[in-house]
Amino acid sequence: MVFEFEVQGGDFATAGNASSQIKKILKQLNVDHHDIKRIVVALYEAEVNIVAHAYKGRITANIDTSEVRILLVDEGPGIPDIELAMQQGYSTASSEVREMGFGAGMGLPNMKKNTDEMRITSIVDKGTTVELIVFINQTTS
Amino acid sequence: MTVKELVEALGLTVISGATGLDKEIAGGYVSDLLSDVMGNCDAGKIWITLQTHKNVMAIASLKDLSAVILVKDLKPEPDMALQSEEEEIPVLGSSLPTFELAGKIYDLLN
Ligand SMILES: Nc1ncnc2c1ncn2[C@@H]1O[C@H](COP(=O)(O)OP(=O)(O)OP(=O)(O)O)[C@@H](O)[C@H]1O
Ligand SMILES: [Mg+2]
Repeated sequence: MVFEFEVQGGDFATAGNASSQIKKILKQLNVDHHDIKRIVVALYEAEVNIVAHAYKGRITANIDTSEVRILLVDEGPGIPDIELAMQQGYSTASSEVREMGFGAGMGLPNMKKNTDEMRITSIVDKGTTVELIVFINQTTS
Repeated sequence: MTVKELVEALGLTVISGATGLDKEIAGGYVSDLLSDVMGNCDAGKIWITLQTHKNVMAIASLKDLSAVILVKDLKPEPDMALQSEEEEIPVLGSSLPTFELAGKIYDLLN
């Protein structure tokens, strides 16, 4: 199953809407709740990063029985040094965004921690692409 | 302890989302950094903060938190209160500063 969402840069009033929709869908599909939690944390952070740092973006979520694969493609300033951006505490968020409590530089580390695979590619002055993969419903018993 | 019992024990104000007062409280978390809460707060907890905008409720809902408590008589922005009603997650108010409030709640829960 494939689901698509548009994200508008700067629009904090609707930030998190795509994450909320996908959480509902995953619940309806009876995905394991630990898996849902991880996906929701990673996706929310990626979604808010488009709102906080880019101009606009599109989220495409592919859900099948064994994995959830989410692609976030944005048009924006891009990330010049991805390794630096991945470090906890690194942020270029504006002072307005920081006042709201964003900009702790914890989003990318949260995404990394809560996914099985994560890929980021970015072109400065063009945009950023983030791919999040979480394996779901793996029976461990 | 339910959210309602906490409200009664500490004389908190129920600002919005009263339909969610029967939720059980699994613990508490104090932070004003949204990604910190997103990454480290578990479901069922109450969140003590001074942030008063709508994204607080987005996170409370995505993380299945039991309630949000605003300190120092802060009031939620109207769209935060509205989303609290819709999601049935209470926003509570206290006149206490964070340290005192968290201390009292910690005592009650432990
Ligand atoms: N989609 C994006 N487009 C452009 N820059 C980005 C994007 N995502 C992240 N960044 C850059 O990487 C930095 C670190 O991102 P990260 O999500 O870890 O922290 P943050 O968004 O600044 O703060 P937090 O997520 O804690 O609220 C950002 O400050 C920004 O410079
Ligand atoms: Mg971020």
